[in-house]
Amino acid sequence: MIRFDDVTVTYEGAAEPALSGVGLDIPEGELCLVVGPSGVGKSTLLGAVSGLVPHFTGGLLHGRVTVAGRDTRTHRPRELADVVGTVGQDPLSHFVTDTVEDELAYGMESLGVAPDTMRRRVEETLDLLGLAELRDRPIASLSGGQQQRVAIGSVLTVHPRVLVLDEPTSALDPGAAEEVLAVLQRLVHDLGTTVLMAEHRLERVVQYADQVVLLPAPGVPPVVGTPAEMMAVSPVHPPVVGLGRLAGWSPLPLSVRDARRRAGALRDRLAACAPPAAPAAAPGPEPLVRTERLAVRRGRAEVLRGVDLTVRAGETVALMGRNGAGKSTLLSTLVGLHAPSAGTVEAGGAVPHRTRPADLVRRVGLVPQEPRDLLYADTVAAECAAADRDAGAEPGTCRALVAAVLPGVPDGAHPRDLSEGQRLALALAVVLTARPPVLLLDEPTRGLDYAAKSRLVAHLRELAAAGHAIVLATHDVELAADLAHRVVILADGEVVADGPATDVVLSSPAFAPQVAKILAPAPWLTVAQVAQALEPAS
Amino acid sequence: MTPDPAAPGTHPRTDEDADSRAVTSGATPDPAAPDPLPGHAVEAEGTGTPDSALSRPRPRDAVAGPRGSVDRGAHDPNVVRARPQGAARDSAAQEEAPRRQPLRGRLRAPRAGRANALHAGAWWVWALGMATAASRTTNVLLLALVVAVAGYVVAARRTDAPWARSYGAFLRLGLVVLVIRLVFAVLLGSPIPGTHVLVTLPEVPLPHWAQGVRVGGRVTAEGVVFALRDGMKLATLLVCVGAANALANPARLLKSLPGALYEAGVAVVVAMTFAPHLVADVARLRAARRLRGREDRGVRALLQVGLPVLEGALERSVALAAAMDSRGYGRTAQVPAGVRRATAALTLGGLLGVCAGTYALLSASGGRYGLPVLLIGLGAAVAGLRLGGRRSVRTRYRPDRWGVRAWLVAGSGAAVAALMIAATGYDPAALDPPAYPLTAPALPLLPAAGLLLGLLPAFVAPAPAPAPAAAAGPAKEAAR
Repeated sequence: MIRFDDVTVTYEGAAEPALSGVGLDIPEGELCLVVGPSGVGKSTLLGAVSGLVPHFTGGLLHGRVTVAGRDTRTHRPRELADVVGTVGQDPLSHFVTDTVEDELAYGMESLGVAPDTMRRRVEETLDLLGLAELRDRPIASLSGGQQQRVAIGSVLTVHPRVLVLDEPTSALDPGAAEEVLAVLQRLVHDLGTTVLMAEHRLERVVQYADQVVLLPAPGVPPVVGTPAEMMAVSPVHPPVVGLGRLAGWSPLPLSVRDARRRAGALRDRLAACAPPAAPAAAPGPEPLVRTERLAVRRGRAEVLRGVDLTVRAGETVALMGRNGAGKSTLLSTLVGLHAPSAGTVEAGGAVPHRTRPADLVRRVGLVPQEPRDLLYADTVAAECAAADRDAGAEPGTCRALVAAVLPGVPDGAHPRDLSEGQRLALALAVVLTARPPVLLLDEPTRGLDYAAKSRLVAHLRELAAAGHAIVLATHDVELAADLAHRVVILADGEVVADGPATDVVLSSPAFAPQVAKILAPAPWLTVAQVAQALEPAS
Repeated sequence: MTPDPAAPGTHPRTDEDADSRAVTSGATPDPAAPDPLPGHAVEAEGTGTPDSALSRPRPRDAVAGPRGSVDRGAHDPNVVRARPQGAARDSAAQEEAPRRQPLRGRLRAPRAGRANALHAGAWWVWALGMATAASRTTNVLLLALVVAVAGYVVAARRTDAPWARSYGAFLRLGLVVLVIRLVFAVLLGSPIPGTHVLVTLPEVPLPHWAQGVRVGGRVTAEGVVFALRDGMKLATLLVCVGAANALANPARLLKSLPGALYEAGVAVVVAMTFAPHLVADVARLRAARRLRGREDRGVRALLQVGLPVLEGALERSVALAAAMDSRGYGRTAQVPAGVRRATAALTLGGLLGVCAGTYALLSASGGRYGLPVLLIGLGAAVAGLRLGGRRSVRTRYRPDRWGVRAWLVAGSGAAVAALMIAATGYDPAALDPPAYPLTAPALPLLPAAGLLLGLLPAFVAPAPAPAPAAAAGPAKEAAR
């Protein structure tokens, strides 16, 4: 269905090709997963299928890409629209109209599908994706998972034979991600659609893939094979694979179910070991963050109600809960972006919404969901200099922090041209320049690959050990299990669970990391814990 | 006034009824309780139908499950107590006339949905008709009546959609225009002669070359009244446009454009969806300034986020362009070169003709050939657009239909305009009362009655469904 013949893509002004020597053949009706670290050309590969590379992005493409027999050299993206459906990373930038039903029809209108056919297909798609209840709703009022489903539906109505998805579940909470993946499964199995998908959150998707295209490093030709074969050699892999490698299982299990069936012996071995010590939090006596019966309203909506939260120095707290549960609002309230409508809030010894910004940065720092919002300057060096000025720190402080968080961020680069990991490191350094004792992070691992994530985890651990109070809002259960001392689950603006990370994540399947699911009921959360426990034994 | 069966057992109830409660409240707790919602809706619309089931041809009712229990609700003592009039009529009408009731039901405006949505053009014709009427009079009472009629229709028929909320903004804009007009009249004086001096402001001496301009000086009641009428006329026009904006989805109006203009229409729609994004971006980036320890309030903060906001908007538009391209936007059909040339010639020539014709019509000299040139130009332009539409392969999904109700709405607007224009010839003094000497405005009865025709849409246009949030609230509470 999709053929790459020795494809090399070089963008204008780039020294190295973004993709080189790619030869691929993806048969009809397969769910094919593209994996690899950040910056190896996954998005370029996907763009070449829909024709956006090079027609839209510019650059030079050697070789030939054919989709359903059509050569992308001679067919522009709009002429491929009836065979390839593309959904990008951000569903919001995909929408042309303002209501769900119009959006589903938009692609068909462009292709000139007959009105009664359009009507029938819209109804079918509404049912297929479970959107019938939402048909008249303005798109802006939908949740993230719903928007992602609408985006997928909007390309499905033209009955494409290939569906290209770039990180469809990265921004979604676990439940919404399940929703989207269930839809993709149905498409592949019931309609024979070929799905080509790139995703960093492998723990969510790898078990559904028929084939994996692994791009090991920039400029290296891809390796293609079954998911189990590829995961055995892949530099990026989900925890279930990590555990499988550790235990020496072959073939590697890809789903929790497979791993659980194999894990009997491992569970027995671990039963002999001492259960992992709860992450060593040495909480200081004084709470750095405290809210009491905090309520926040935005417009007429009560986003938070009666939230009691205390975070002490040296403690890391993960805030979890579905999209729209109020996690981000709670973090913004802690930096004074929203004034509480009732209750009290205190962070770093000040009342945030009554403190002047210049004073507040020394008490509490927030890395927002989109780190780029924090960055204004043209170059990394200028950004660091500005951060030193803002915080009144010694010149060079910020630059040293960037180097400590992530070595090798080029001085002269524009912040927009950095990779996700580099940008996060820069934003984190900018925030840390003022040495706030309280550090808040909103969804820090979105778009990060496993390597960048583990560097972030290591750095945050150091900060917590140095006495920072850290609060992170995240959908990433693996991150929470890895890092947090305490997990607080928000639902509908209220705290529904608050306790030690192990207890909370073990007690709710939705928030349990893969290792915990495999080794339940024993309280192991991460591959690292298991490795540590097994080490002296072997 | 809640027909919630809160106290079971206090009223006798049939077995069947009790069963239905038990079953529904057990399996689906939410839908079983919220009888108040549909019951309330029936009451509010004043139906006297014997059987609620007949009068409720609304398949998309907010509560889908418990239709059975709603129907039984008519016989539920609790519900009856909650709306005695409806119940009385129910029992009275129980035996007779099963045929008359559906007719009355049919005359009532249906619940608005995608399928029966009124054509956006009809709303605009209505609003422009009201605006035309307003432009023909300076009688404050008539202008106030126009605003009241438009306001009533908006209140009765606007939905909860984002564009519908713009009405308030238009009202405020109208007020601002009125105030500005008054301030100018007070500061700069007025050409109207007047004898009732209200106050004398200190006059600013101006050099001789600025003769004829006056700043300050006498403020007369006549001048203020004249300015008030003038400003009110402008404000009323704005309110009429605002009403059209609130009642008709602008995107749907653009969907009715001819195929050749489609791309221009998309540009407008995209721009409109971008505006809210921009506002959100500005708010987010100002918040981010606070995180950097810079002031997030004030003009400077706003200016400094300008560049990042523009950058973000640019990036978003590039992403949107990529998405639109890969979704088939701009696919064109092959059209012979001859047709393309003919299209260009017809459109260009037609537009030139329209311009020349309009000029001739408006200027005093060319009254004779103005109209024919205008008509020929118009014809050529329309033919050009029709030909141009051949290049587009697009089809339309569920276009709005121009049905009887659309005719009624558009017709009421046209009638209001026509009656007011006729009244200008019939009684000019009542429509345009002189500011000097001062007189209290009288309400001319015939033109006022004509304006009331503009209320028709409030009864014939499909009624919007109750807001989902408002509907969900009481339902939840009832469930508790």
